[in-house]
Amino acid sequence: MAIIRDMIPDFDLFQPASVDDALALLAEHGREAWVLAGGLDSYDWFKDRIKRPKVVVDLGGVAELNGIREVEGGLEIGAMTTLTEIVRDARVRSQYPLLADAAEHVATPQIRNQGTLGGNAAQDTRCWYYRSGWPCYRAGGNTCYASAPKAMNREHCIIGRSRCVAVNPSDTAPALIALDAKMIVRNERRPNVYDAEDFFIGPSTDITRMTVMKPGDLLTQIHIPAAWANANFYYEKIRDRGSWDFQLVSVAAAFQVSGGTISGARIAVNGVAPYPLRLEAVERMVIGTEGDEAVATEAGELSVLGARPLRHNDYKIPMMRNLVRRAIRSAV
Amino acid sequence: MTLQPPAGLATLSAMSSTSEIVRLTVNGDNHAVGVPTHFTLLETLRYVLGLTGSKQGCDKGDCGACTVLVDGQPTLACLTPVWEAEGKQVLTVEGLATVDGPHPLQDAFDVHGAAQCGFCTPGILCSAAALLQRSPRPTRVEIQEALAGNLCRCTGYTKIYDAIEAAAVAQAGDGSSQAAG
Ligand SMILES: Cc1cc2nc3c(=O)[nH]c(=O)nc-3n(C[C@H](O)[C@H](O)[C@H](O)COP(=O)(O)OP(=O)(O)OC[C@H]3O[C@@H](n4cnc5c(N)ncnc54)[C@H](O)[C@@H]3O)c2cc1C
Ligand code: FES
Ligand code: FES
Repeated sequence: MAIIRDMIPDFDLFQPASVDDALALLAEHGREAWVLAGGLDSYDWFKDRIKRPKVVVDLGGVAELNGIREVEGGLEIGAMTTLTEIVRDARVRSQYPLLADAAEHVATPQIRNQGTLGGNAAQDTRCWYYRSGWPCYRAGGNTCYASAPKAMNREHCIIGRSRCVAVNPSDTAPALIALDAKMIVRNERRPNVYDAEDFFIGPSTDITRMTVMKPGDLLTQIHIPAAWANANFYYEKIRDRGSWDFQLVSVAAAFQVSGGTISGARIAVNGVAPYPLRLEAVERMVIGTEGDEAVATEAGELSVLGARPLRHNDYKIPMMRNLVRRAIRSAV
Repeated sequence: MTLQPPAGLATLSAMSSTSEIVRLTVNGDNHAVGVPTHFTLLETLRYVLGLTGSKQGCDKGDCGACTVLVDGQPTLACLTPVWEAEGKQVLTVEGLATVDGPHPLQDAFDVHGAAQCGFCTPGILCSAAALLQRSPRPTRVEIQEALAGNLCRCTGYTKIYDAIEAAAVAQAGDGSSQAAG
């Protein structure tokens, strides 16, 4: 066993006590600064010396980013709230169990105790070429190793590729989209509110980022609107191992039902595209139906229209089709 | 006894890029240690405080061998920046036993043969201790879930589950937890 000691390159540590101080530090240090929440994704990068920030801004002391509050029109979750807190919160469990379910599927108890909702949503992709420091497009190079003829790309995307074929690894991301969550992002100049589906971006928007956030930006709160409280929810994550693993494909769905028919639907799938993918065409198709077997089957087919597998991931097409079908079947 | 760094030094070094003074409470003892800013809690426990019970396995969050309790919660010391543990209670495997003897879990692991090579054992004992604190008579499924982040390559887990169940019974027998239901 290699003793990994003194391996992380030096950085300057700042521990602001307020959001305003954090924003000032981020504005001052720009690209040199790295936001640190639970540190689980960050320290993985630092230990490999692939990401070497000069400045680390630790959010651990910013109390206003912690906790879950009931507010007008929903729940407001601070970006530094841990996944365990979300899993155990009585309001989340009773009104938005979709989010508790998704959070509970993240990794292991230890990682949920330490990992934050903000960090989970903002985490980087797990493509191992990129994570191993290969100079791919995402890393500023000029090729994609994962789509090369002999590449190992079993976990990569089947939809939405654009030079990069890596997928978004977050388990909470599709649930946030299905719940129509609003992501509150602040910088020194102004606050911005993004719909969850717009918060996550793909390589055609910017190949170096997974979210809209740029240097200087801080995710402060996640607002879960009451409009989808107590809807009929469905969550399923397929992974290689039961104990813990990143998703191969996951689905998160919310349905409103009145008089036996689906009156509202929001469905998102992760693990199939470089960003968590909202299935708007499927939503439109199932609204007004009873979500019976025929509808569910058609919805599954519709969801994978246009999917293009890589060499080793064609299994994701039936997997996605089936997960969408199961979600629709559960709706009414 | 608490070791106090000279006044002003802590703030000064917290801003320096090479090292800082971090105050930790580990197994009830207070320490002030000077460590590089990038040190993890695990590196500090093992290489500064000499507490080598917590193991450095993967050093990447995969195996759980480094699990310690931070304010009672199982935490991966290998991915915890050391300064995140400031002001919190850290408990390692070295702190499980008391002057009265081993922790009931340690006795049960011994009696049930729940350790083979033993590399995973400190982390598993910490995860299990937190579980019993939260749920004094856990079901087997609860035990499995609580240990989902602790990899054991030797035992096949059955004897570990048996030992944890036995420890729960033993603890209940002491009158220190709820009656068996
Ligand atoms: C062994 C292992 C298994 C894992 N398995 C899973 C899994 O099954 N499912 C899953 O979804 N994830 C998984 N993860 C990934 C991830 O590390 C955790 O899910 C965790 O939630 C990340 O949160 P954090 O607070 O530790 O993030 P950090 O590492 O602190 O931050 C992650 C990223 O987000 C940025 N960031 C964090 N907070 C903010 C903020 N408020 N504003 C702006 N930027 C911010 C950071 O700069 C960094 O780039 C796993 C990680 C490990 C090590
Ligand atoms: S050493 Fe920390 S999880 Fe393996
Ligand atoms: S006893 Fe050897 S790894 Fe568990």
